[in-house]
Amino acid sequence: MPLSATESVPIRSSEDVVRMRQWVRARAMGIGFNLVEQTKIVTAASELARNILEHGGGEGHVQLDLVTNNFRTGLRLTFEDKGPGIADIEQALKDGFTSGSGLGLGLGGSKRLVNEFEIASRPGEGTRIAITRWK
Amino acid sequence: MERIPILKMGEFLLITIQVDMHDRLAMTLQNDVTDMIVKTHARGVMIDISMLDVVDSFIGRMLGSIASMSRILDAETVVVGMQPAVAITLVELGLSLTGVRTALNVDKGMELLRSSIERKEANGAVVRD
Repeated sequence: MPLSATESVPIRSSEDVVRMRQWVRARAMGIGFNLVEQTKIVTAASELARNILEHGGGEGHVQLDLVTNNFRTGLRLTFEDKGPGIADIEQALKDGFTSGSGLGLGLGGSKRLVNEFEIASRPGEGTRIAITRWK
Repeated sequence: MERIPILKMGEFLLITIQVDMHDRLAMTLQNDVTDMIVKTHARGVMIDISMLDVVDSFIGRMLGSIASMSRILDAETVVVGMQPAVAITLVELGLSLTGVRTALNVDKGMELLRSSIERKEANGAVVRD
């Protein structure tokens, strides 16, 4: 359940990733995440936004929703690209797996930094990853 | 052009990263550090990241590259001042910063650089002029 209006930013360059980090940090702070919680969600967001640049056809966007259930509030971030997609998601989630020049920590690592991690991808159509961290 | 300053302190180079890194800035820094090592014959490089509130795998990789390049140029690298929240996050992310030496603060980093250079010289490594 979104609490407030959804916001979205484009990811086209590494400068966009830097800006997105500051934006996520401000929202995480705004709903009262402590410093470690803020750092975790911002770092996860950074990995996934960078993924868009390196593997997602270089262009996509990040959507931010403030979410709530009966007990708590959280931050949900959705990363979407129209890149080549991921053929084998299970393999892509393993540490050390990379098809690019990175360390292969992006997906598996960011999954460990959040409470919920959903991924949907079709080869040739793109990838959508949603992460949620609850307060 | 935007770049990160590198200060020369005796035989060491001191770099304080105070801005959020993006690709171009990271590449420029790598080039500048290696140029400065060669130009100044620096024996050690200290990178202060106390102002960084996020270290993702991209920045981690950059720190690792600088350490490797410096080592090949016979200079030791130490990363100092990592914020506790950043350390906690790095471990969960799975980034162990292999090959990058760390110290709590600038003073301890300086000690570490000095002692590792002394050890190198005691082991008969070639002393440069």
